[in-house]
Amino acid sequence: MAKVGNTNGDSGNHLPFEREIAGLHKQITALEASQVETGRNYFSEIHQLRATYVSLLRTTYQNLTPWQMVQVARHPKRPQSRDYINLIVRDFMELHGDRRFADDKAICCGLGRIGGEKLLLVAQQKGRDTKEKIACNFGCAHPEGYRKALRTMELAQKFGLPVVALIDTAGAYPGIGSEERGVAEAIARNMLEMSRLKTPIVVIVIGEGGSGGALGIGVGDRIAIMEHAYYSVISPEGCASILWRTGEKAADAAEAMRITPRHLKSLDIVDDIVPEPLGGAHRNPAEAANNLERYIVRTLRDLSRKPVDDLTGRRYERWRRMGRFTHITQNAEAQVLAAAPQ
Amino acid sequence: MTPGNGAIMAKAQGEQPLGPFNANAFEGPSIRKKREVPDGLWMRCPECESMLYRKVVVENLDICPECSCHFRVNARRRIAQLADPDSFEELFADVAPCDPLDFKWLGQSYADRLRKEQVKTGNTEAVLTGIGYIKGRRAAFGVMDGDFLMGSMGSVLGEKITLLIERATQDKLPLVIVCMSGGARMHEGALSLMQMAKTSAALARFDDAGGLFISLLTDPTTGGTTASFAMLGDVIIAEPGALIGFAGQRVIANTIKAELPEGFQRAEFLLEHGFIDMIVPRKDLRSEIARLIDYTQKN
Repeated sequence: MAKVGNTNGDSGNHLPFEREIAGLHKQITALEASQVETGRNYFSEIHQLRATYVSLLRTTYQNLTPWQMVQVARHPKRPQSRDYINLIVRDFMELHGDRRFADDKAICCGLGRIGGEKLLLVAQQKGRDTKEKIACNFGCAHPEGYRKALRTMELAQKFGLPVVALIDTAGAYPGIGSEERGVAEAIARNMLEMSRLKTPIVVIVIGEGGSGGALGIGVGDRIAIMEHAYYSVISPEGCASILWRTGEKAADAAEAMRITPRHLKSLDIVDDIVPEPLGGAHRNPAEAANNLERYIVRTLRDLSRKPVDDLTGRRYERWRRMGRFTHITQNAEAQVLAAAPQ
Repeated sequence: MTPGNGAIMAKAQGEQPLGPFNANAFEGPSIRKKREVPDGLWMRCPECESMLYRKVVVENLDICPECSCHFRVNARRRIAQLADPDSFEELFADVAPCDPLDFKWLGQSYADRLRKEQVKTGNTEAVLTGIGYIKGRRAAFGVMDGDFLMGSMGSVLGEKITLLIERATQDKLPLVIVCMSGGARMHEGALSLMQMAKTSAALARFDDAGGLFISLLTDPTTGGTTASFAMLGDVIIAEPGALIGFAGQRVIANTIKAELPEGFQRAEFLLEHGFIDMIVPRKDLRSEIARLIDYTQKN
C-alpha cells in the first residue's frame, strides 16, 4: 500500500525554517488533547491558533528561499513516484529490465491509466524506507535505468501510447559500473530519441531535478515542475564546493543558479508549474496527487489533438529555443581579438 | 631552472581553478596537470618530464617527441592542425554570451569572468564553428576550446553547435566536432543543462537526414558534454590517453569511498568497454577522418 506522508497536518520532520510553524502545531495538538482529557472547551483558542498557523504556513511557503525550496523538495515525507502511482494510476503494470544488463529500480516503468487515458509511465523512484532506498539506489539511476526507459518508450511509440515521465533524482549515479556501462551514452541517446519519439511526452519534475540524470528522461512536448521542486545543472552543494570552495555555501549557490520553478519558468525552461497544497506536497499527498492528475489529463488531451508529425516539429522548436545569448557586431568582435595576446 | 620555465611555474601556481561542472577533470587527480604552456622557449613534458624545445613540440602537433603524450591544444591551433591550410571559414562568430542569471560568487561576477576569458583567449566563447576542408573533403567543424572557461557548455556553445548541425544538415556536409570540455557551465544554471537536449535534438534531425557525424574526443571530455553530442557520433574517435567520462573522478571516489582503478575513464578504458570506435594518434587524424568520409559518401 501507499505509504504517504501525514495527510492532515504536521507531526514530525519539520524543516529547519519551520520552527515557528512546528511550535504552533504543537500548541494546537496539546490544546486538542487537553480538550478531550479535561472536557473543557478551547474552541476559540484553537480556532485562533489555527488561523495563525495557516497564515504563517502560507507566507512561509509563498516566500521560500531557493535553498528552502531544495529542502522541501528533499523532504523525507514528500510524495514519491510510487505514491503518485498508487494514488492516481489505475491498473498499473510494471515493465522490468533493459534487456541488456539489469533491472534498475531507480527508474520505474510501466503501463497504466490516468483519468481513463492509457499511457506509459517512466518514473524515478528514490525509495521510502531503508530497504527500498537501497534497492532504488536512493533514486540515482545507472545506465540500465535509462536504457529501460528508452526501451519502454519505444514500446509506447509502437502502440501509440503517450508517455508521462516523473523526475525525482539527485542525479545519475557517479560510480565505476555506471561509467563502465556508459551512463553518458545512455543519457545522450535518450535525449536524442525522446526528441523524435512519435508519441506525446509530458514531463513533470515532482521533487529533485538533478542535472543530466534528470534530463535523461526529461525531453518532451511539455515540461512542468511542481511548485516546491527544483531543477538544476548541478546540485547546490556541488556548485558551492567548486565556486565557493565549500559545500556549506549551498544556499548561496542555490540562489545564484536560479533553480526555483518561478525562475525556471521565466527562463522558459519549464512550461507550467503544478500547484502544491498549503505547506507543500508532504502535508497533503492526496491533494498534490489530484493536482498532478489534473495537469496530466489536461495536457495529454491538449497534445493528442495534434497530428504526430506536427507534434515532433513543435517539440523540436520548443527545445531549439533553449538558451540566452546576444549577437555582437563584427566591430565588438574585433575589439575582443585586438585585446587578446597574440 | 631557465627563466622561461620559472614563468611557466608562476603561471601554473597563480592559476585559479575555474568553475564548471567537472572542475576536477581539469585539475586532477591525473598526473598530467598543465599541458598548455604558452610562453617560454622550453617546456617540461608533464608525463615523462623531459625538457622539450617548444618549437619542436609545436612542429610535432603538440605531442611530446619523447613519450608521445598528447598535450592539450586550443581551438585555433586544433583547426590549423586538422583542416587544410587556410580552408576554414568561421561561422556564427557573432553569437556571444551574456549573463542571464546575473551570476555572482565570492565577489566575482560571471559577466566579468566572461570578459577576462575573451581577452585571455581572443575568442568570444568556448567553441569555434565553421566550414573547412580536410584533405580536400568539405566538412562542418566545431572545435571546443579548453582555454575558455574549461570548454564548459553554456547557451552560446549549445547554440553554435546547434547552428552548425543545422547547417550541416541543410548543406549535406559531414560533421566533425572536436570535444574538450569540463561539462555544463554552472554560471548559466539550467540554461546550460538544456543545451544537452538542444544539441541532441539537432543531431536527431541530422541523423534522420542521413548525415555523418564524427565525434572526436580529446582530453578532457566530461560531464554534460559527454552526456550529449560527444557520445552521439556515428563514429566516435578518441585521442590516446584522453580523459573521457560523465562524473568527475573525485566525485566518484568520494561516492564509492575507494580508489579508482588504474586508467579509469581514459580513452583506452572506453575502447575496452565498447563506447568508442577507435583511438587515433593526432598525427593520423586527418587521414583517418578523410577515410571515414570517403567510406560514407556515395561513390
